[in-house]
Parts: sequence; C-alpha cells; structure tokens
Amino acid sequence: MPDAAGPIGLPPRFAGQVGEVADWALSNIDDPIAPRLLEHVQLSVAPVLLGLAVALPLGVAAARWPRWYPAVLTGVNVLYALPSLALFFLLLPYTGFSPWTAIIPLALYTLAILVPNVVDGLDQVPDHVRQAATAMGFSPMRRLVRVELPVALPVIIAGLRVATVATISMVSVASLVGLGGLGQIILTDGFRRNFAAPVVVGVLLSVALAFLADGLLVLLQRWLTPWTRGRETGATSRSRRAARRDAPPTAPDTGSAAPPAAPAARGEDA
Amino acid sequence: MILDVLDWFTRSEQWTGSGGIPVRFGEHVLYSVLALVVSALIAVPVGLVTGHTGRGGFAAITVANVGRALPTIGVLTLVVLGMGLGLFPVEVALVALAVPPILVNTYEGVRGVDPLLRDAAQGMGMRGAQVLLRLELPLALPLILLGMRTAAIQVVSTATIAAYVGIGGLGRFIVDGQSRREIEMILGGSLLVVLLALVVTGLFALLRRLVVARGLRARPAATG
Repeated sequence: MPDAAGPIGLPPRFAGQVGEVADWALSNIDDPIAPRLLEHVQLSVAPVLLGLAVALPLGVAAARWPRWYPAVLTGVNVLYALPSLALFFLLLPYTGFSPWTAIIPLALYTLAILVPNVVDGLDQVPDHVRQAATAMGFSPMRRLVRVELPVALPVIIAGLRVATVATISMVSVASLVGLGGLGQIILTDGFRRNFAAPVVVGVLLSVALAFLADGLLVLLQRWLTPWTRGRETGATSRSRRAARRDAPPTAPDTGSAAPPAAPAARGEDA
Repeated sequence: MILDVLDWFTRSEQWTGSGGIPVRFGEHVLYSVLALVVSALIAVPVGLVTGHTGRGGFAAITVANVGRALPTIGVLTLVVLGMGLGLFPVEVALVALAVPPILVNTYEGVRGVDPLLRDAAQGMGMRGAQVLLRLELPLALPLILLGMRTAAIQVVSTATIAAYVGIGGLGRFIVDGQSRREIEMILGGSLLVVLLALVVTGLFALLRRLVVARGLRARPAATG
C-alpha cells in the first residue's frame, strides 16, 4: 500500500514505523482489534445479504417488465447518490446506535450494483435455453429458479463481489457516527490520539477482509457453476472475451457482466 | 419535517455569506471537480496504454481492486496525520476513490474492442498510436464515460467528509447539523448533495451525446 503509507512512512523512519505498527497490533489484538474486526464483518455481511434479498425480486421483476426498468434504475442510482454520512445521522433518531443504523443505508447502496447485474444476467439467458425449459414443461416459476437464475449466476455473483468489496470499505464511514467496525480503530485510536499505527492496522485489516470476501465469492461461484470452469483454457480471442465477461475482478460499476456498451446505453437513455 | 426543510431553504441567511448555500455548493463542486480531473489524468492514460498493449493489465486491475477496498476514512486519516488538516488529504482520499472505476472501465473498454476491427485498422495502415487514438479510444468512450460518471457520483457523495477535516463543502451542513441537532440542516445538506449528483448524471448524459460517435449510440438501443 505505498500510496497510503507514503506520506507518513518517509524512508529514514520507515523501519521504525513498521515496528511500531506491528507492536501496536500485537499488544492490542484482544482489546480493540478482534471485536472491531468482528463488528466489521457483521456490518458488511448483513447489508449485502439484505441488499441481495431485495435486489433479486426487484431485478427479476425489472427483467420481466422492461418498461419499468429505467424507473427502477433511476431510483437505485438516486439512492446511491445519497451521502452515507447523512443517512447514518438521519437514521440515528429512529434506530439509535443499533447495527441497523449502518446496515440499512449500506444495503440501499448495494442495490445500485446488484439490481443492474441481476437484470443483465437474466437478459443474457439465451432464448433457446428459455424455450427448451418451457418445452420440457417447466412452469414460469420453476424455469426461473432452476434454469434462468443459475445461468445468470456468474453475472449476479460478479455484482455481489463488487458490492461486497464496496460495502466493506464503506463500513468505516459508519464509525464517524460511532457505530463500530474497524473505522473505530482508525478514528478513536488513531485520529484522535494522533497516532498512525492503529490507522495502518485498520486500513490493512479492512483491505485484507475485502480481498478475503472476494476470494470466497470466487470459490462460491466455482462451486455453484461448475459448467463455467475451464472455459478460459485454450480459448480463441473471441471466446476469451466471452469468458472475461464472467471474470468480475474487472467489473465496472454495473459489473463486467454485460457487453460493454449495453449498460452505458441503458443507463443514459433512461 | 418537510416544512422544516423548506423553511431552512428559504431562510435568507442560507443564501449569503461564507457559510451560505451558494458558497458551500461551490466549494463542493470545486473539491469534486479537482479530484475527478486528477483521477482522470492518472487513470485514463494508464488504462489506455495497458489496454492497448495488454501489458501491465493485471497490475493495473490489481491496483484498482486494492483502491476499491481501501477505506476512505483510513486514507483520509493517514494523510491528515502525515500532512495536517486541509484540502490535500481530502483530495488524496477522493482520488483513491475515483481512480479504480475509471481505470477499470478504460482498460476493459479498450480490451473489449473487436480484434477484427483492430486487424482492419492495421490493414488500413494505421500505426499503434493511431489504432489507439482513432479506433480504440472512440470505441471505448461509452465505457470510459460510464466509469467517470460512477467515480463522479461517488466523489460528490463522499466529499461530504471534507467537513471532518475542517474544510467546507456541503458536508458542513451535515456535520454542523448533527452537532447542533438540527435535522432540517442535515436533510437540506443531503438534498443538495443528491441534487448535485443528479446534475452530474445529466451532464454525463449530455457529454455522451456530444462525444460518442453516432453509430455507437444507436447500436445498443436498437439491439437492447
């Protein structure tokens, strides 16, 4: 993390700084670090799950009735533009210092990433697949659950990865309001005491958590969609490009899922 | 509550002086535009070159992913501890936030150009830089603009934290409203941020109309 440590870790003092960070981390594992880390995990997992629970039905509905999709998209994008700090403050009178004050706004933000990905994933289901399922006697509901959603899964998980990483990094803002998480270490142990070590520990742990969660989601996708494995081997440039659509670390905001121009066009023409 | 907010907006002292809405709005726009311009100057060239050559793409994407995972508050605090309060830490934090979406979308946009088109361009005698600037850049433009729009909205919404390190912007209303327990002030400040985000969305729609080739704009609409 050269850019984050740069301004402080000036070369001559650098070794000492690393030692200081390690010292602080080791002597504070039990007290602030472990419980804050646990809080951070809870405050990031809950919003993503909640967001997914809302985005799935919303996305399915928007894919089914495309006329409403622009309105839905505008709605989730407006939510996304709300400053998180303000939402936390505004919820405080109602939900107090409970986790919900952080979870509800963070869940709202995930919608802007998850809903377009659910819709794009479902739109990408080839027509012949849908027709085959119907011909086999699948009811619309069963076709959705057993055929369309599984085929859309790589795209949905792509969105889930972006949403998870974004949420984990955003939880820290909740600490400005006093809602816990690793940001609390950054602010109370670092900022207020003018002490860099806790800040570095908080940032590193937050980044590590994001990468861990991202890796777990990749494993989940491999496990859930075994048919996409090995698609990338020995590919021509064309099929490699197709495979890259399923490779979400590169996902733009709406996921790398859709063919490049489509999400842009849809968003703008809305 | 709605009436309180309306009342807040219509009070005359909101519209004048150094703490008034126009000044705060201007500060917010200034911080955001500065961060966005710096980010674009970093991310677009890197994305174009890595996307065109295919070299360093993995590194660029990795940097972008780390950037995405960085907690903004942490970056802001580190820079404040190192260099003191002021505009600089805010800009560093906002640039760290804005570079990833622009970089990833630029890279993906260039990589996504059909190899057949690239072959055709080379067949017409274009050299590397010409292929990049006259074929790949225009084709990648919709995706680059989308990345910039995402970055801009995140920056506008996050620039509110500038108030925490003692400078202005619309975040002042949110932070000061909290410390004075004036809900209508928090709401008013937030509404202004949302308004700014909507203006940004509109501006990017306009920009897209102006700079994206007509053929590219028509195609997705026809198929989708």
